[in-house]
Amino acid sequence: MLPLLVFLGVTFLAPLGTMLMRSVHEPVVADALPATLAALREWEGEGSPPEAVYEAAARELGAAREARTLGQVAGRVNRLRSGLRGTFTRTAGDLEEVTEGPWREAMAGMDSAWADPGTWHAIRAAGERFTARHYLNAVDLRRLPDGSVARQPEERRIYLPLLWRTLLVSLAITVFCLLLGYPIAHLIAHAPPRRGNLLLALVLVPFWTSLLVRTTSWIVLLQTQGVINDVLVAIGLVGDDGRLSMVYNMTGTLVAMTHVLLPFMVLPLYSVMRSIPPLHMRAAASMGATPAQAFRRVYWPQTLPGVGAGSLLVFILAIGYYITPALVGGSSGQLISNMVAYHMQTSLNWGLAAALGALLLAGVFVLYLLYDRLVGVERMSLG
Amino acid sequence: MTGARIGRFAHLAFCVLVFIFLVAPIIVIVPLSFNAEPYFTFTEGMLRLDAEAWSLRWYREVLENEAWTRSLANSLVIGISATLLATALGTLAALGLSNPAMPARRFITGLLISPMVTPVIISAAGMFFFYTNVGLAQTHLGLILAHATLGMPFVVITVVATLAGFDRNLTRAAASLGAGPVRIFRTVQLPLIAPGVISGALFAFATSFDEVVVVLFMGGLEQRTIPRQMWAGIREQISPAILAVATFLVVFALALLLTVEWLRRRAST
Repeated sequence: MLPLLVFLGVTFLAPLGTMLMRSVHEPVVADALPATLAALREWEGEGSPPEAVYEAAARELGAAREARTLGQVAGRVNRLRSGLRGTFTRTAGDLEEVTEGPWREAMAGMDSAWADPGTWHAIRAAGERFTARHYLNAVDLRRLPDGSVARQPEERRIYLPLLWRTLLVSLAITVFCLLLGYPIAHLIAHAPPRRGNLLLALVLVPFWTSLLVRTTSWIVLLQTQGVINDVLVAIGLVGDDGRLSMVYNMTGTLVAMTHVLLPFMVLPLYSVMRSIPPLHMRAAASMGATPAQAFRRVYWPQTLPGVGAGSLLVFILAIGYYITPALVGGSSGQLISNMVAYHMQTSLNWGLAAALGALLLAGVFVLYLLYDRLVGVERMSLG
Repeated sequence: MTGARIGRFAHLAFCVLVFIFLVAPIIVIVPLSFNAEPYFTFTEGMLRLDAEAWSLRWYREVLENEAWTRSLANSLVIGISATLLATALGTLAALGLSNPAMPARRFITGLLISPMVTPVIISAAGMFFFYTNVGLAQTHLGLILAHATLGMPFVVITVVATLAGFDRNLTRAAASLGAGPVRIFRTVQLPLIAPGVISGALFAFATSFDEVVVVLFMGGLEQRTIPRQMWAGIREQISPAILAVATFLVVFALALLLTVEWLRRRAST
């Protein structure tokens, strides 16, 4: 018991903790420019700061350049006030030539941004070790220069709509899985044992097949020159120039994810339905209920635990899905996880990636608690 | 009665369609992997069953391509090591959990299973940050630890399920006959829970063998696995060589599935 808890602590909880830390902790600027930030504290915020600030900044920019951390510092400040990346790197280079003050004139001469109080406000803000900025960003809010919080301008609101889309898509996939999964779970559960096992195997084959394989097959099937379009053209349902675009968009994400998650719906439904004696339906029929009535009043209520377990599981898995949308979603079929990956790998805005990840994690955590309360995690079925 | 019969027929027809939806995408890539042309659809020749239109060229290409063979070796090394680790730790944990005297059982179970439901992108991002700090990023060891973490919940679940039908009087009897805890585990418990342990191990292996996100974040060129190689193939230019690899993986999945089903039957009889 203990070894696994220790193991899990190191390999799983510590990484999650590191990520949560990343989302609020940004020591880069504070570590690189400590004297500058200390000197800035003396400054009232009006006009250009005292000479001591410039002197410290000149020294520390040079040191950061030596230590090769200048790029990170500049990038960090640049997020608060764009254009400063260039100012930092250019000035740090030019300062190599300068050995003594007055620093204020020297630096302002190299780049007029150094005479602008806004630059120093940005440096001071970037120098805070702990920041809620990433979380504000992640929900499309921003801090104005006077410290108040406001919504991002309309065209820059991307994360809330994306979160909303992720929820809607996950909900749609859950509904699709339920609509497709309920009838076949019913068929499998009440078939004679041999045939039931065979049909169950048909559900389990996709479950065991590599996710990348299944995603590849959907690309093969759905792409414009793919199998389904070829068939539609061959039987004359669509013209050769009217081929449907079904992949690299939201359709691709919906179809492929429903396929991937369907077994997670069927398995819990199946295990609940198998425990319902057929006698109940026969009893209902013998008392004059139509099949529809018997289903609605007798069968359906008894399957609700399975419906709940399957739906919750599919929903939990869907909101965090990454691979399938990344491969078949194009640009319109991306979900929140893809944005986390984008900030991890492309924009390298790790703090924002961590904050988005933390929000997603919080959502999943709440759903997981709900699942544990309603179903019990130890009863999670694996086919 | 005819209404009911139509209803039953509609239900059956609908089910047939759903089963086709489930299985057809997996089956369709198998014949396409024998395409003689670099296309992803059936050529006319293939439909006419023209021997010329079918070929093994993509299989040859995979086997001769060092990138694929090296990624297979990586997948096996990482997968097998991670499986051994996950199985050992997961089985021990499951034994602990099945002990009625275990405190905070529900909480610990939830914790142990959480890597399975945590979105893998989050685990991967966190692992990237943490493993980079401790110098394990871009190493085989780092990936083995990460994959063991992701596979371990499956072992816990299957072994706990097997232990649910375990008669504790057997261990008591063994203890009363003078066997120590290790001996009891080896000679009494392990043989009885073996099917569950092996199923769990297969799940863990399948997890590692199909895992791409952690590898994407943490692995370097030296740690390319099969899924990572496929990912690159799908993202860049899809070559039918991918379909050949995919076919191999489908066969592999079938083998795993049959093994697990066989173990389950054995365990339940």
